[in-house]
Amino acid sequence: MSATNSTQKEITMPQLAESLVSATIAKWLKRPGDAVDMYEPICEVITDKVNAEIPSTEEGVMGELLASEGQEIAVGEIICRIITEGEAAAAAPAPQAASDSVSHAAPAAQASASRPASLNGTAAAASSESGMRARYSPAVQALAAQHNVDPAVIPGSGMGGRVTRKDVLQYVERGGASQTSAPADPVAQSTSQPTVISSGAPQPPIFAAPSSPQNEVRHSGLHLSENPPLPKIEIEDGGRGSNETYIDITPIRNTIATRMRQSVSEIPHGWMMIEVDMTNLVKLRNTHKDEFKRKEGVNLTYPAFVIKAVVNAIKDYPIMNSVWAVDKIIVKRDINISLAVGTEDSVLTPVIKKADQKNIAGLAMEIDDLARRTRERTLKLDDMQGGTFTVNNTGSFGSILSQPIINYPQAAQLTFESIVKRPVVINDMVGVRSMANFCLSLDHRILDGLICGRFLQRVKENLEGYSAETKLY
Amino acid sequence: MPMMEYIDAIRLAMKEEMENDSSVFVLGEDVGVKGGVFTTTKGLQDQFGEDRVIDTPLAESAIAGVAIGAAMVGMKPIAEMQYSDFMLPATNQIISEAAKIRYRSNNDWDCPIVVRAPIGGGIFGGLYHSQCPESIFFGTPGLKIIAPYSAYDAKGLLKAAIRDPDPVLFFENKKCYKLIKEDVPEDDYIVPIGKANLLREGDDITVISYSLPLHFAMQAAEELEKEGITCHILDLRTIQPLDREAIIEAVRRTGKVLIVHEDNKTGGVGAEVAAIIAEECLYDLDAPIRRLCGPDAPAMPINPPQEKFFMLSKDKLLDAMRELALY
Repeated sequence: MSATNSTQKEITMPQLAESLVSATIAKWLKRPGDAVDMYEPICEVITDKVNAEIPSTEEGVMGELLASEGQEIAVGEIICRIITEGEAAAAAPAPQAASDSVSHAAPAAQASASRPASLNGTAAAASSESGMRARYSPAVQALAAQHNVDPAVIPGSGMGGRVTRKDVLQYVERGGASQTSAPADPVAQSTSQPTVISSGAPQPPIFAAPSSPQNEVRHSGLHLSENPPLPKIEIEDGGRGSNETYIDITPIRNTIATRMRQSVSEIPHGWMMIEVDMTNLVKLRNTHKDEFKRKEGVNLTYPAFVIKAVVNAIKDYPIMNSVWAVDKIIVKRDINISLAVGTEDSVLTPVIKKADQKNIAGLAMEIDDLARRTRERTLKLDDMQGGTFTVNNTGSFGSILSQPIINYPQAAQLTFESIVKRPVVINDMVGVRSMANFCLSLDHRILDGLICGRFLQRVKENLEGYSAETKLY
Repeated sequence: MPMMEYIDAIRLAMKEEMENDSSVFVLGEDVGVKGGVFTTTKGLQDQFGEDRVIDTPLAESAIAGVAIGAAMVGMKPIAEMQYSDFMLPATNQIISEAAKIRYRSNNDWDCPIVVRAPIGGGIFGGLYHSQCPESIFFGTPGLKIIAPYSAYDAKGLLKAAIRDPDPVLFFENKKCYKLIKEDVPEDDYIVPIGKANLLREGDDITVISYSLPLHFAMQAAEELEKEGITCHILDLRTIQPLDREAIIEAVRRTGKVLIVHEDNKTGGVGAEVAAIIAEECLYDLDAPIRRLCGPDAPAMPINPPQEKFFMLSKDKLLDAMRELALY
């Protein structure tokens, strides 16, 4: 037991950003008994809308998990214990380690329960020194004089047998020397009666003492963020004979639900679509993509060109880059493009900051970085903030038409649908062209059809204007 | 009453005062477009415009100086120091000018400025983002100094500070920003400057503190109650002028006093509180006055073990409070 104690290392919730004080455990990546390497991720946590992995600060075998999935944990609180290498060998197979940690929990509780006794034990031990017995504090002398008692006859409960202010008050209250040897009344502070405790009095009275009326004067000074923990991430059967399955809501799903509901209920959505001839762009990209990949190490993707075209159109129609503020419309100066990135179980919108200051190559590299980090769940809070207009590459999953819900509180969201080859009439002749649809959801409080139509036309012109001469840098 | 973080309460106080009084304005580094490095002033520029939420150059002396000048001609500036650590270039303006204008001009002029500055560590801020500079300004007549610990007090005291006719330093604790969350009324209430607040009543020991450490004291008191020790906890709220009556009354209740603050021990606010107790309460004392403070080291280190060593915590308070109770 004691050996296990000494080599169990406690892992605490790290501070993920300067002002964050807590994080929610999304998923445990290691279970009790699993081997853990130094810096290996042990769990995923969620703060606001970002997931991060917590790396292990120890090498060994996972012990007990002290936080459950969905639970919000304050920074610095212990989330699990890791049994370090030397001990793991002794503790042998995993199941035993697990049971070990269970058996460890009980004595710990016991230890804390017996704390008052041991506390008083030290006080009692100290009293044997009795060096403080004859030293009276100003308060004791003043009270003794006031009540005309001799402090020397009062039993001392303080350090080294010292007579405390409370001892005098209690002595006076009980009416003097006649009752000094009697135990204190039930409400008396246990700390001031070490002899009573050591003589084998049962512990319950100690716990009963605090339930005195003092509870009522508790001020409302402080509330910790004690939101009820969100349900665990698990799928459970709807019960015997049921043909339904229940999926509990993950914290991130909850956030998405809240934001979507807010957007749909507050923003009157309008919708428009336009089709764009992407043939020139397809050629342009094909010319550069291999060399770009070799030189820069990232793929030269369509969204980079699309975002460039959108950003340039926003520059001409800045109202697209705005927010509804009830009594006014706030037009944002910086063009920060939120990029919708889907993962298996959620959709996130990391932000390309100051997209208007970046060229196509720069955008391609930033898109690659954000998409990769979204999938790796290593986005930081800062990556998610400040978006002013959202572009969603719905074509990446084969859609040719969609009706996006605006990324609250932005004014509009544009989707880039699949590029498909279609017969198109040009100058009364039919040709095969690469076509793509672009859909726009707009906040109809801010924007109307005319301005959005012009904006879409400008996006179309910009996209169709790409040619072999277009510079990537 | 809405649940609100400490930082939201501060923002709301500024917003309400700016709505009520057109002479109130905010200036500081990154307070406008960015909305403050901690988002304390977020949205204020959108609401009140660039003329009332002014982004300044990185020059704290100029921020304080401009605020003082504006205040002398009738405005009510709220000057933000991004971190209290960066406030020192402005000390001459604050101590030699703001604090003395009323006295120097024989009441002809006044200087109703509020200087807001985040104090405190425990956020991996290292040497220059963690300091508690209260003792630098403490003891300067002419200045009022506030350091709230709750969101309710933060709002009420900041509003009082803005309306106060004299210079007020408002030290908000940056670790409290998101840590403290509580019900804060949306109505127009004021918490008076110069009044301490009793957070908890008890008979065994008295804890006197301000700002973040009170949070640890309250947690420790909760645990000590299970051991049969009850704690009397006083929040100074205003550290200049100190509420002498409240201090004396709180000391008399138990005769055992622990004074706690994160600023270092030597020459700190606790030294003055201890002196008041020594002057006024000698015959009420049942134990030596104790102080639990940051160590007398030049600054808070950046590495986690040393930061932990430097910072106060519930466990440190628990030990100190229990030891005093057993004395």
